[in-house]
Amino acid sequence: MAHFEKAKNLNEWLDQRLAVNTLKRVLNTEYWIPKDINFLWAMGMVLAATFGMLVLSGIFLLMYYKPDTNLAFDSVNYTIMSEVGYGWLWRHIHGVGASIVFLIIYIHMFTGIYYGSYKRGRELIWLSGMALFVAFSAEAFSGYMLPWGQMSYWAGMVITNLFSGGSLEAYGLVEWIRGDYVPGDAFLTRFFMLHVLLLPLVIIGLIVLHFGTLRIPHVNNQEGAEIDFKEAADLWKSGKKKESKVIPFSPVFLSKDVFVMGVYFILFFYLVFYNFNFAMDPVNFDPADGLKTPAHIYPEWYFLWSYEILRPFGKDAGLIAFGIAQAALFFLPFIDRSPNVAPAHKRGLFQVWFWVLLIDMIALTALGKLPPTDATFALLGKISAWTFLALGPILVIITMFEKKIEKGA
Amino acid sequence: MKEKEKGRRDFMGMALGACAAVGGVGALYAAKRTWDPLPSVKAAGFTTIDLSAAQENVLNVEKWRGKPIFVLKKSADMKADERDIVIGSDRFHVSIGLCTHLGCIPAYEKEQHKFKCACHGGEFDASGHQIFGPPPSPLEIPPFKIDGTKLVLGETGPEYQKMLDAGLTV
Ligand code: FES
Repeated sequence: MAHFEKAKNLNEWLDQRLAVNTLKRVLNTEYWIPKDINFLWAMGMVLAATFGMLVLSGIFLLMYYKPDTNLAFDSVNYTIMSEVGYGWLWRHIHGVGASIVFLIIYIHMFTGIYYGSYKRGRELIWLSGMALFVAFSAEAFSGYMLPWGQMSYWAGMVITNLFSGGSLEAYGLVEWIRGDYVPGDAFLTRFFMLHVLLLPLVIIGLIVLHFGTLRIPHVNNQEGAEIDFKEAADLWKSGKKKESKVIPFSPVFLSKDVFVMGVYFILFFYLVFYNFNFAMDPVNFDPADGLKTPAHIYPEWYFLWSYEILRPFGKDAGLIAFGIAQAALFFLPFIDRSPNVAPAHKRGLFQVWFWVLLIDMIALTALGKLPPTDATFALLGKISAWTFLALGPILVIITMFEKKIEKGA
Repeated sequence: MKEKEKGRRDFMGMALGACAAVGGVGALYAAKRTWDPLPSVKAAGFTTIDLSAAQENVLNVEKWRGKPIFVLKKSADMKADERDIVIGSDRFHVSIGLCTHLGCIPAYEKEQHKFKCACHGGEFDASGHQIFGPPPSPLEIPPFKIDGTKLVLGETGPEYQKMLDAGLTV
């Protein structure tokens, strides 16, 4: 058996059994972060904190929610909203959190693209991040079903119909996913399970993986500079803090994270208390009705861009375009062939590409919200969708010819 | 001796792999069956509609398996179609009222004798053929059996079988 000394305090007692001091060193006090990063790098912690809020508020909602097509609507809109003390608070936190979390994810993603943080050595960070994005999307969609309003029902109908695979007419598959001919009780209970158990577990696992992928290649920095982390860390440890290019994650960098989170939560709770309506679709305050479609079906804002890519094409082509759009960003580390890890403003054409991508996605989002009847907007939607699809091959070409940037220190 | 030990380990590895594969396939099959529609859901899949009271050019929407069913008695000036259900001298258009694009419910426009889907602008004529927009195929006809002036949905009668064989519906 291993040798144990009598511990002088709790920390020592734990350290002998759990190696807590080593853990603290590896994960906190000697986990090195470049000095040269701005507030955009705090979005990771902001996301973790928002996820925490979602889990917490979700637990309270879970205690009164009823996963039954006859009871679900009232359990949310009557019981939780007007009977349960402060039930409205949890619902507003949950609703606002679910919407805002995607805004932060998109900022986090575009920060990564702008600074090239997905490149050589950091591919796994990007891939695990994209997997998280997919898991969050599934989590959001399954949660959207639960209040069982009109939008829930018809979003469920339309999205599950995508699995018929266009002309493949795979209705057996669609009915299997639903457990019924239309979204019904079986559908609601299985999405409930996914939303409160399976997907959160997957998300937590992926978050751990995402953090893990960061530990060895280390976080990128504003200049994309290659830092010798060992050398820089030794400088810091020997007291030459000014000369060192790095700081320890805890407590030094964490204090910046916490400050950004403070500002963020002021905005977050402003929305929760005064402006929660933006996250609540009015159509979803009508109970689900399988015999009446709402005039205009659209998803929440964070899915609009990919929904708009689906729309301008015929059924099969639309499905294929939609599929490509979902998967395209995964391949970013492999289609960007440039040798540079550098911010976009130093990479010439790549900068143009970056802004076109961002503006195109905003345009798709805006157009996706408009009713499909206007011909001009439909045309703009088509152009934006084609632009998105073309951006992948264009990136391959422009980065193939990108010259290596000579870096001054 | 060493060789022998290696052989034993390989064997144990293979045995474990085989057991795991059999168990895994079994578990997957059980999981798949668990998500199948329940027998009670399937058993509730029949609906009887009486067509004798239907009025010309007025759309009736019935419910079958949770889905809306369009029942439209055609007037004399409306084109006959091989997808019509003929009962005596009356012709009916009966279809599942879900757009074949992504499943919205189209609305019936009485004067123009056509169905219009608000979701992405798809249109169908009074026989359910797509005439405009993204829908890739005609409105589907549910399995039916003619029983006097009544229609039993969910059961495959000879008339429906004929339409199926002719590829008029899926
Ligand atoms: S669902 Fe009818 S046109 Fe798209």
